[in-house]
Amino acid sequence: MNHYAAWKNALIVFFLFLSTLYALPNLYGSDLAIQITGTGDYIVEDSDLESISSTLKENNVDFKSIKINSNNILVRFNNSQSQLSSKTLLKSSLSRNYVVALNLAPSIPPWLGNLGGKAMSLGLDLRGGVHFLLEVDMEAVVSTSLDRYYNELRTALRKDKLYKKIRKEDNRLVVSFNSEDLKDKAKKVIKSDLPDLVIVEGSELELELGLEVSSSAQSAAKSSALKQNITTLRNRVNELGVAEPIIQQQGSERIVVQLPGVQDTARAKEILGAVATVEFRLVDEQNDVQTAIQSGKTPSGSKLYQFKDGRSLLLKTTVIATGENIVDASSSVDQDNQPQVSIVLDSSGGRTMLETTKEFVGYRMAVVFIENQVETIIEDGVAVKKRSKTQDIINAATIQGTFSNRFQITGLDSSREARNLALLLRAGSLSAPVEIIEERTIGPSLGADNIQKGFISVLVGFALVLVFMAWRYRVFGLVANVALTLNLITIVSILSMIQATLTLPGIAGIVLTVGMAVDANVLIFERIKEEMRSAKDIQKAISAGYEKALLTIADANITTLIASLVLFSFGTGAIKGFAVTLSIGIITSMFTAIIVSRAMINLIYGGKKDKELAI
Amino acid sequence: MNLKSLNIPVIDFVGRRKYAMIFSAILLIVSIASIGFQGLKFGIDFTGGTLIELGYEKTADLEGIRSKLASADFKGANVQYFGSDTEVLIQLEPQSTSSAKLSSSIIRMLGEGIDVRRVEFVGPKVGEELTNDGGLAMLYALIGILIYVAFRFEYRFALGSIAALVHDVIITLGVFSLLQIEFDLTVLAAILAVIGYSLNDTIVVFDRIRENFLATRQVEPGSIINEALNQTLSRTLMTSLTTLLVLFALFYLGGEVIHSFAGALLIGVVIGTYSSIYVASSTILAMGISKEDMLPSEKEKKEIDARP
Repeated sequence: MNHYAAWKNALIVFFLFLSTLYALPNLYGSDLAIQITGTGDYIVEDSDLESISSTLKENNVDFKSIKINSNNILVRFNNSQSQLSSKTLLKSSLSRNYVVALNLAPSIPPWLGNLGGKAMSLGLDLRGGVHFLLEVDMEAVVSTSLDRYYNELRTALRKDKLYKKIRKEDNRLVVSFNSEDLKDKAKKVIKSDLPDLVIVEGSELELELGLEVSSSAQSAAKSSALKQNITTLRNRVNELGVAEPIIQQQGSERIVVQLPGVQDTARAKEILGAVATVEFRLVDEQNDVQTAIQSGKTPSGSKLYQFKDGRSLLLKTTVIATGENIVDASSSVDQDNQPQVSIVLDSSGGRTMLETTKEFVGYRMAVVFIENQVETIIEDGVAVKKRSKTQDIINAATIQGTFSNRFQITGLDSSREARNLALLLRAGSLSAPVEIIEERTIGPSLGADNIQKGFISVLVGFALVLVFMAWRYRVFGLVANVALTLNLITIVSILSMIQATLTLPGIAGIVLTVGMAVDANVLIFERIKEEMRSAKDIQKAISAGYEKALLTIADANITTLIASLVLFSFGTGAIKGFAVTLSIGIITSMFTAIIVSRAMINLIYGGKKDKELAI
Repeated sequence: MNLKSLNIPVIDFVGRRKYAMIFSAILLIVSIASIGFQGLKFGIDFTGGTLIELGYEKTADLEGIRSKLASADFKGANVQYFGSDTEVLIQLEPQSTSSAKLSSSIIRMLGEGIDVRRVEFVGPKVGEELTNDGGLAMLYALIGILIYVAFRFEYRFALGSIAALVHDVIITLGVFSLLQIEFDLTVLAAILAVIGYSLNDTIVVFDRIRENFLATRQVEPGSIINEALNQTLSRTLMTSLTTLLVLFALFYLGGEVIHSFAGALLIGVVIGTYSSIYVASSTILAMGISKEDMLPSEKEKKEIDARP
C-alpha cells in the first residue's frame, strides 16, 4: 500500500527537474548593457555589429561582449562608466536610424539561453520607470473631420453653384439653398460624392439641410487618429532612447506608454504630450501693428500674432511651410553660442521657400510655434475638458538672401527648448491632442528598495513557515517544507517561462501563497492524525488522510481562484501582478502539496509496518 | 463518536454563538457607523490627485517645504514624513488645473539634488472609473463565489458563506475607517484576497459539516456542526498562523508601499478565521439546516453505500 508506480515518480521528478531548470536563469545577475535597435522598419544587421564594435575598439572602450539578436544589438559592459561613455559615443557616431538605450541584460549562460531559459521580467515598480496613460481627445478628432468635410462639401457643391451658405453648427454642417430644386440636386451630389455625410433626421427645413458625419466614418476617423498617435508616440519614444518601451492601445481612446528606466520624467512628459508644430509666415510690412491693435481690426490677408513676451506682429495668413514639410531637424548652437534648430524641408516646402525668399528679400519671415493642449479641469465638482491653443512667434528675422530647404531657426529660450523642438519636429506631430490622465513614476532608488524589501519579506516569511511546520508536524512537516520549496521554485519558473511581469504586489502574492500553500498539507496532515487516532494503521491513515482531504482542498482553492480571477480581470497593472502570482501559486501548490508530498511520504512510509507516524 | 476519547478538544462553539453574535453585531455597528459618519480615507487612486515621494539626504524640513508650496499657491498640499524623516510624501488633492505637469513644477520648485522616489498622478476621470470598477469587482467576486458554493453545496451554505464574507469585508473596511488608514488600490486588492481567504476557511468547515451530517446517525444539527468545528479547529488555527506569519513578515519588512496592503490582510485573516468558526456556521444553523437537506442525490448515495 501507498506506492506510486515508477512511471509516476519519474514523471514527478521530470516536472520538478524542468521547473528547477527554468527557474535557474533568475539566479544569474544582469549586466550593464547598451541596446541598439533600428527605428521604424529598419532592422539591425551584421554590418552594424561590426561597425559598432570597431567604433568601441577604436576609442578603447572596455566592453564585455557584443551580440546581435533578432532585432537589436546588445553590448555588455563591466562597469557603468564604460557603459555611459559608450552611450554618448555611439549616439554621436550612429545616424538617427538607430535608437541607443541603456539597459540591463540578464547574464544567463549560453546553454541555458539556448534551452529558452529567461529571467523573470521586472515591473516598473521594481526596476524604476514611468507609466503613462494617455487619452486622445476624440472630440477634437470629430471636429477636425467635420472641418475636412466642410471643405469637401463646399468644393462638391460649388461646381454648379448649388448652395447659398454652409455653416458649422455643433457637430453638423448646415447648408442653405436658394430653391427647392437646387436642394434636391445637392442631395444627389452629396449622396454620390460624399457618402460619409448623412442627413440628420428632422433637420430638413424648407431650404435648409443638416448633415453630419456618419457614425462609421466617425469611428474610422477615431481609430485612425489613435493609430497615428501611437506611431508618432513610438517615434518620440525612440528619440528619447528607451530600451524595451511599451506603447499600447488600451480601449478605444487610450494609449499606455511604459518607459522602463527613464529618469528625466519631466522631459518625457513634455515630449509625449506635446501637440506642437511650427509654421513659417511672412511679416506684413505694409500695415502698422499699432493701428491694428488700437482699431481692433486686422487688415485682410493678415492676422495678429504675439511673441512670448507680449510684443505683437502682423503676419500674412498665407503659410509658406508647416511642420509637415519638415523632414529633419536637429538642435545645436550658433556662433554666438545661442541655441538653434537646423531644419531640412521636403521638396515642395523647399520650392515654396525658394520662391518666397527670392521675391521677398529684405522682408521679415516669422516662425510661429503652435501648441494644442487639452486638460481636464474640475468645474463645480464635474470634470470637464478644457482645450487651449497657443500660437507664439519664436522669432522674426529679415530674409538676407534666397534659400530653399535648409535653414536655421534661432531665438529659442534655451538649449533644452531647442532640443525638444527639434525632437518634436523630427518625430512628427500627433494627429489629435492627447492628455496624460495617469502617471506612475518609480525612481530607481525606490525600485531597488522594493526589490530588496520584497526579497527579504519572501525569505523571512518562508523561513518562519518552514520552522513552524517542522516543529508542528516533524517528518511530515519536513516533507511539507520540501513541497513548499518546490512550489516556490515552480512559481518562479512559470513566471519566467510565460514572461509575466513581476511587480511588488506580485511578490506579495508569492508571500501570501507561501502562507496559504501549506494549507493543503495542514489539511491532509490533520486528517491523517485523526485517522491514526481511530484506525491505528499507518498505511490506511495515510491514504484515507489524502483522499478525504482532497475534495476539501479543491473546493477551498477553487473559490480562492475565483476571487483572484476577478482581481485579474479588474486589474490595472499593480493588481494584475498580484492576481497572476496568486493564481499561479494556488495551482502549483495543488501539485506540490498533494502529489509531490504524497510521493515523498510514499517513499518514506510506503509498505512499512510501523505502528507510529512522526506527525 | 466521542471526541474526547479521540483527543480532540471539545469546545462548545455552537452553545456560545449568542455571545459571538453580540460581539459581531457590536463590531458591525461600530464599523458601519464609522464608515457612514467619517467614511474611508480614500487615496489618490480613487479621488484623483498628485502624490510625490521625495528622498532627502538629511532630515527633511517639512515646514520649509510647506511654506514653499504655500507661497507657490499649491492649495491643500499635505506634506508628511514617509517611513523615515529623510523621506517626504507630498499629496495634493485634484486642483482646478489638475494635470500631470503639476508634479514636474513642484519638483523643479523644491530644487535640484532631491531623489524623486515616486510620482503618481491620477486624473479625476480615472479615479472615478477605478472606484466604480473596484466596487463592481467586489460584487462580481461575491456573485461568482455565491454561485460556486450554491452549486457545490446548498443554497443555505452559499448564504452562510456570503454572510461571513460581508461580515469580514465590512469589519476590515470599518477598521480602515476608524483608524483613518489610507484606502488605496492595493488595499482593495487585499480585501479581495481576504474574500478568497475567508471563504477558503469557511469552505473547509462546511465540507466537514456536510460530511458529518452524512456520516453520523446523530440528527441534532447543533452538535453536528459543533463537532465539525472542533475537528477542523486545529487546521483552521494552523493555517491562519502560517498565513499570519508571512503577513507579519510583509507588514514589517515589505516597505511602506505595501504596508497598508499587508495591514488589510492581517485584519482580514484574523476576522476571517473568527467568522468561519462563528458567523458562517451560525448562519446556516439559524436558517434551519438539517440532515434531510444533506441527503445526497442517487449517484452520491451509491458512492456512500460503497464506503466501508
